[in-house]
Amino acid sequence: MTANEHEHVIEVTGLRRVYGGGFEAVRGITFSVGRGEIFALLGTNGAGKTSTVELLEGLAPPSGGRVRVLGHDPFAERAAVRPRTGVMLQEGGFPSDLTVAETTRMWAGCVSGARPPAEVLERVGLTTKSRVRVKQLSGGERRRLDLALALLGDPEVLFLDEPTTGLDAEGRRDTWELVRRLREAGTTVLLTTHYLEEAEGLADRLAILHDGEIAAAGTPAEVTAAQPSRISFELPEGYHLGDLPPLGEMGVCGHETDGRLVRLHTRHLQRAATRLLVWAEGAGVELGRLDVRSASLEEAFLGIAREASASRSTAEPSGTHKTHKARGTRQAEKKEYAA
Amino acid sequence: MSGTMTTPASRMAALARAELTLFGRNRGTLVAALLVPLILPFSVYSFTTDMDLDQVGFTPGALILPAAVGFALLFAVYSALVAVYTSRREELVLKRLRTGELRDHEILAGSALPAAATGLGQSVLLVTGCAVLLDMPAPRAPHLAVLGLLLGLVMCAALAACTSAFTRTVEAAQVTTLPVVMVSLLGSGMTFPLQMLPDTAASVCELLPLTPVITLVRGGWTGDLTASETVSALIVALAWTAGGVFAVRRWFRWEPRR
Repeated sequence: MTANEHEHVIEVTGLRRVYGGGFEAVRGITFSVGRGEIFALLGTNGAGKTSTVELLEGLAPPSGGRVRVLGHDPFAERAAVRPRTGVMLQEGGFPSDLTVAETTRMWAGCVSGARPPAEVLERVGLTTKSRVRVKQLSGGERRRLDLALALLGDPEVLFLDEPTTGLDAEGRRDTWELVRRLREAGTTVLLTTHYLEEAEGLADRLAILHDGEIAAAGTPAEVTAAQPSRISFELPEGYHLGDLPPLGEMGVCGHETDGRLVRLHTRHLQRAATRLLVWAEGAGVELGRLDVRSASLEEAFLGIAREASASRSTAEPSGTHKTHKARGTRQAEKKEYAA
Repeated sequence: MSGTMTTPASRMAALARAELTLFGRNRGTLVAALLVPLILPFSVYSFTTDMDLDQVGFTPGALILPAAVGFALLFAVYSALVAVYTSRREELVLKRLRTGELRDHEILAGSALPAAATGLGQSVLLVTGCAVLLDMPAPRAPHLAVLGLLLGLVMCAALAACTSAFTRTVEAAQVTTLPVVMVSLLGSGMTFPLQMLPDTAASVCELLPLTPVITLVRGGWTGDLTASETVSALIVALAWTAGGVFAVRRWFRWEPRR
């Protein structure tokens, strides 16, 4: 753990955030981000992503637990942290009557070691807009201006709250490319997103937030691997689920039917698919709309959301089951560091 | 970390420069802040012809000159800043600024600088104008007038931030600023001397925020404030300023209500 790349740039332990009205938006989450990593916080709207990021940015003190950014408390020791972080909020925050150049110049005057404004605008492709008033920019251009301001001070840690919301496909790709280049230069990036492909393609590690708790965490591959794969097909007329080989023997851990449509969940995709196809061949049956797929992050995400809300509605009042699960994934994180 | 570190002064200067640009681009604020304080002294002058100022030992100048400073503070500083703070909060600018190196008080002070400078410049202009047009003698205790003006600037900025805390939109600011503006115009000795009021009413009016500012500026010119009058004016002014600063720290809103 002496090498620099193992240094934890962001450390969050048992973090809680309770709002004035008593609403608990963040319910005891724990994770860490190493230097030069891209870490994604995924979640549906209202999962607690922004509430968490605001605590990391030092905009508010936590209601419970601990946050350390570059070894300091970002709220209480802001002077030690702020010159080394860059922040892109979820929404603008620029006076609408200033031009792009004026906004950038103003922000540059408030950032230690700021790059020349023109250079940063060039980097996000806003050079031609520098004399345009902020209120005349498109939503995507505003996101890029926000990114430019976050990059002004060459931050060691970058917080991006939904950086690509409102961007078109090309703008999104450009932003991803920029974030990857920043990682190569050693910048640590924490981003929130509700685009699963963004997290899957960009993040070294991610955590899925649900109702203010971490429902799963790890590399995209680990999180995906924890979810069952899926086989779906239509049984021909006259056949029933019982006509298939015993499901347990096939390695199927769950199934759903919808009319003649059957969906099997399995953690042994090759075995299940082979048994199914061998059976169909032997029975001389044509399986309609056959679809065999490994788990994707999207399914993992939807599965976690379903599971979590089911467990919440049935037994436990405080979601002990999920806490337990989060602990399991945390161990996966540790293994990764040791590797 | 490389390059130059920012300082509180450099950060506030960058913010003030942007605010000055914005001030120049907002026609409504510009007219209200620049023209109103220049016009109002003339209306007060027209009242004075119907008033028996001699009865309380006032010359028209002794009423109008401090009043002019009060108008500058109320319109160029207080009302203008309520609109500035409210609009920056609604546009999420305040929240954005708080993610950076600027401290909270630097954000509020830096945003207030252009308005404060306008109020200061206007006061100097109006005071000079009044002194020349109304043929007034040189001030007898200028330090009191300067002290009153400076306290007034800080107090008005703090009161503006307080008012903005319960002002949701820039339009609403036209209403939420009315109490302070009306009470000050009527009760702080800007449109008629408090000495014309019954004693009880006058002593209540002495506790209003702008009254000590007006009293100090007038006293600075006439030189007829007693030591105890000066001290009590200073206490009231400092109490309002300190109370305003405390209220801002406690209740100022940095983000719009949802």
